[in-house]
Amino acid sequence: MKKLYDNEMNLEFLSKSCNESFARIAVAAFASQLDPTIEELSDIKTSISEVVTNSIIHAYDSDDEIIKIHCKIKDNMIIIEVSDTGKGIEDIEQARKPLYTSKAELERSGMGFTIMENFMDEVKIESIVGIGTKVTLKKVIKEECEDIT
Amino acid sequence: MDIDFIEEDKLLVLKITEEIDHHTTDRMRRLADYEIQRYSPRKVVFDFSGTSFMDSAGIGLIIGRYKMASMIGAKVEIKNVKENIRRIFEMTGILKIIPIIGEEDSCEEVI
Ligand SMILES: Nc1ncnc2c1ncn2[C@@H]1O[C@H](COP(=O)(O)OP(=O)(O)OP(=O)(O)O)[C@@H](O)[C@H]1O
Ligand SMILES: [Mg+2]
Repeated sequence: MKKLYDNEMNLEFLSKSCNESFARIAVAAFASQLDPTIEELSDIKTSISEVVTNSIIHAYDSDDEIIKIHCKIKDNMIIIEVSDTGKGIEDIEQARKPLYTSKAELERSGMGFTIMENFMDEVKIESIVGIGTKVTLKKVIKEECEDIT
Repeated sequence: MDIDFIEEDKLLVLKITEEIDHHTTDRMRRLADYEIQRYSPRKVVFDFSGTSFMDSAGIGLIIGRYKMASMIGAKVEIKNVKENIRRIFEMTGILKIIPIIGEEDSCEEVI
């Protein structure tokens, strides 16, 4: 049977803040097989850092819960799903708004989703209060001009 | 974070030497606040020349220090920001109150 995706990768780690850099570096390493530019790689790293940090800060109260990342590659597109089984988001439209944060006391700026939307081609948020949140990020890695000529 | 205080200008330069994310900001926040209180500078400059990565945690960090510096009448500026980090600052609009200084494109104005 023909596989739907060209490549896939799963990561599972605890909701500890030191895993933020681990997650973004691991996903960037997986994405590098698509030959992204430094800028595209940086966009992916920043977006993964945003979404994983959100699960650590907003979804969970303790640092021994599980965060999962499922990465898929199809042609020149990378699809990254990050899920937690935490609190969930009540109002997704509000959460997406620039400067909206439910944790202003922690010096959060409410720019996480705005940054992801600027850096990725698609940001899908699915969430159920009390069950958890899944954020799907998609990015098409453009072919470089040199390759074509 | 490397700290440099220039007495005659009352200028505090905080050079960030690591990646800025939620994990690393706690320590940087404590250090920066301590140094700002200790020196009561007239200006605080965050030097990003040693920083290759920053996410939204950095925005919160800089805005938080800006609020604190404002209370003692100090200005905050940032410099040596790499392109990927500059894009994040531009997105938030905070460059209007916390300018990037001393780089090629703004050189003429400075001189
Ligand atoms: N995984 C999650 N679980 C529960 N709530 C979430 C989750 N991710 C985001 N949220 C909610 O969405 C809001 C907006 O998220 P966003 O990342 O844009 O801003 P922030 O995390 O508050 O601040 P910043 O990312 O700028 O530090 C959060 O304040 C939080 O209420
Ligand atoms: Mg966030």
